[in-house]
Amino acid sequence: MKQLLEGSQAVAEAVRLCRPQVVAAYPITPQTHIIEHLAQQVANGELAAEFINAESEFGAASIVLGAVAGGARAFTATASQGLLLMTEVLYNIAGLRLPVVMVCANRAVGAPINIFSDHQDSMALRDAGWIQLYVESNQEAVDTLIQAYRIAEACELPVMVCMDGFFLTHTFESVDLPTQAAVDDFLPPFHFVRTLDPADPMTLGGGSEADNYQEYRSAQQAAVEDAQPVIEAFDAEFDDRFGRAHGGLLQAYRLDGAETALLGMGSLMGAVRDVVDKLRDRGQAVGALRLRCFRPFPAQALVRYLSGVQRIIVLEKAISIGAGGILASELRAALHQAGMMTPVESVIGGLGGRDLTPQVIESVFHETSRDEMGATFRFAPDHVMPDETDHG
Amino acid sequence: MDKRDPFRHNVLTSGHRACSGCGEAMAARMVTDLIGPDAIYINATGCLQVFTTHNQQSAWQAPWIHSVFANAAAVASGVEAALRAKGKDTPVVVQAGDGGTFDIGLQCLSGMIERGHDVLFVCYDNEAYMNTGVQRSSSTPHAVRTTTSPPGRLSQGKHHLKKDVISIIAAHHMPYAATATIAYFPDLKAKVEKAMRIKGPRFLQILSPCPLGWVHDSALSVTVSRLAVETGLFPLIELEHGELTGVMRLAEQKPVEEYLRPQGRFKHLFGSKAGAVELRHLQALADARIRRYGLLDADTQWDTACAMQSVRHGRGGYASSMPTSEAVKNDT
Repeated sequence: MKQLLEGSQAVAEAVRLCRPQVVAAYPITPQTHIIEHLAQQVANGELAAEFINAESEFGAASIVLGAVAGGARAFTATASQGLLLMTEVLYNIAGLRLPVVMVCANRAVGAPINIFSDHQDSMALRDAGWIQLYVESNQEAVDTLIQAYRIAEACELPVMVCMDGFFLTHTFESVDLPTQAAVDDFLPPFHFVRTLDPADPMTLGGGSEADNYQEYRSAQQAAVEDAQPVIEAFDAEFDDRFGRAHGGLLQAYRLDGAETALLGMGSLMGAVRDVVDKLRDRGQAVGALRLRCFRPFPAQALVRYLSGVQRIIVLEKAISIGAGGILASELRAALHQAGMMTPVESVIGGLGGRDLTPQVIESVFHETSRDEMGATFRFAPDHVMPDETDHG
Repeated sequence: MDKRDPFRHNVLTSGHRACSGCGEAMAARMVTDLIGPDAIYINATGCLQVFTTHNQQSAWQAPWIHSVFANAAAVASGVEAALRAKGKDTPVVVQAGDGGTFDIGLQCLSGMIERGHDVLFVCYDNEAYMNTGVQRSSSTPHAVRTTTSPPGRLSQGKHHLKKDVISIIAAHHMPYAATATIAYFPDLKAKVEKAMRIKGPRFLQILSPCPLGWVHDSALSVTVSRLAVETGLFPLIELEHGELTGVMRLAEQKPVEEYLRPQGRFKHLFGSKAGAVELRHLQALADARIRRYGLLDADTQWDTACAMQSVRHGRGGYASSMPTSEAVKNDT
């Protein structure tokens, strides 16, 4: 049934449908509405979960770690500074191969302190061993959250659902919430084989040294890599059951015959599609590619989709300070390994909540690369008036 | 199916890699055998974790998890919440050192207690970061030599007092908090058993000598921990809902020197004028604790001014510009 819901409430409803037994969180903007809704659901008797107000995000991550090891499905959500405060525990959850699901309401990282959206927080956690799925809409956030539990529990890997703060979390949108029965059919009850249980005592988190540590890391890398077909399969199965799919690893838009591809993640891709339509109307061979799954990095799929284009523009809402665009760097490596030398322009913009408007995106397309010799990225223009891009 | 070894029921089994005379290994063996294998154990990073789960081996015959250093109490909160959600009442026990309790783990511990999780938190207090090579913690007593509070020409060891952590714990409307040592097993046994009968958060601080860090003969661990009690430096107490409900009284008070002499970590205090000042301060601290907890029938002499000095003089640590205790004395 379609309902008009704020993004945070839509996600909270999706969490409820997944029947978590433990929810732990600590308030941080723009994630707070998610846990407020969950707290209310527990208070109303709509969600039979232990709701735990943690003393910090570090504590919240540790509580869901313990809950999953104790045999319960668990949920937490955070953003920005909170995600960074969780960092040590998030690496640990991944190393312990615990199927934890969390939402990151993407927000800039201080200093300067800024509560608005970009991807710096979750991109900083890209090496932690979590699957990262970036959603474009609130409907996709709902559907991906449900898929995330299935993926996490099938792969024994943690999954981070990344949704843009404010752009999604605080925006009301018509959302089709699945029924409880349909979700129960899709998502089996929680079962974790390494549950802490006196009848079958196991040691979790013991020591490792040089003679085997690398094998653990290599197994972890293989598990995350092997999650690619699982993510695709569950998105396809979700489509069969619910009539909606979100592209699995990535989603192409009017890429057939395109000479230029605009690549990005998250909520900005709606504006990118509008720009593609406008440019296509004017005879420009442009398409778009939305990366939904950033970890594992779908290098082969990207190469496949981008093999026909001559120019790639990557729109990035995060920066590796001292290096440049993160997404573009990884894409270049993937293309290089495939023997392709397609120019990749890395455009960093939308930081700290700045809107990447259709005008800005279009101006980026019209710019012939002004990169100085050796420059690997440029910043998006801060503001472009509509008539400035009217090259019609 | 019960997959446990039917011939070995002890929770912490032999073959682990603790040093000889390790007070923490003794204390952990006592505590876990009293609680038994039908419990879930959460361990902070530290010696106990390292010496029991070295490189793919495990000395634990009960479900056991280690995550990171600071979060044992929060992991336990999650395990307990999972059990509660599943309608199970398996006991949940945290084991941590003083670093994982007094310092880096204190915030998670405070959260766990404030939320009332049904968890027993056991602190094996060996008064320094022994696993990393004997660095001072906020549990390290005043004047102790550690690698980060070294005595030198301008310093007599650690400048700050041992944190009164049990008072902080008790201030959380704590159902049960107690101190114990390996030297008094019947007392320790009674406290573990009492703790296991109580619902909600519970806390045990067990003084656990470390021969390596305290620099004493490894055969003297039990003796040294007994002297800590007999001198009044480590009172054995029970607190319920913030109120003192039990103390182990002393027949007589032994001078602190008897406790300090066998330990190399206090060796620098003997034979110098500056050291004598700190010895006097340590005696004053013992006297103050005896008076505070009523450990003796008669009031002891109590050097109020000396015992109240919470930062000692010297360079080589924070507050190094503090005036010398002689200067303080001359001023007053």
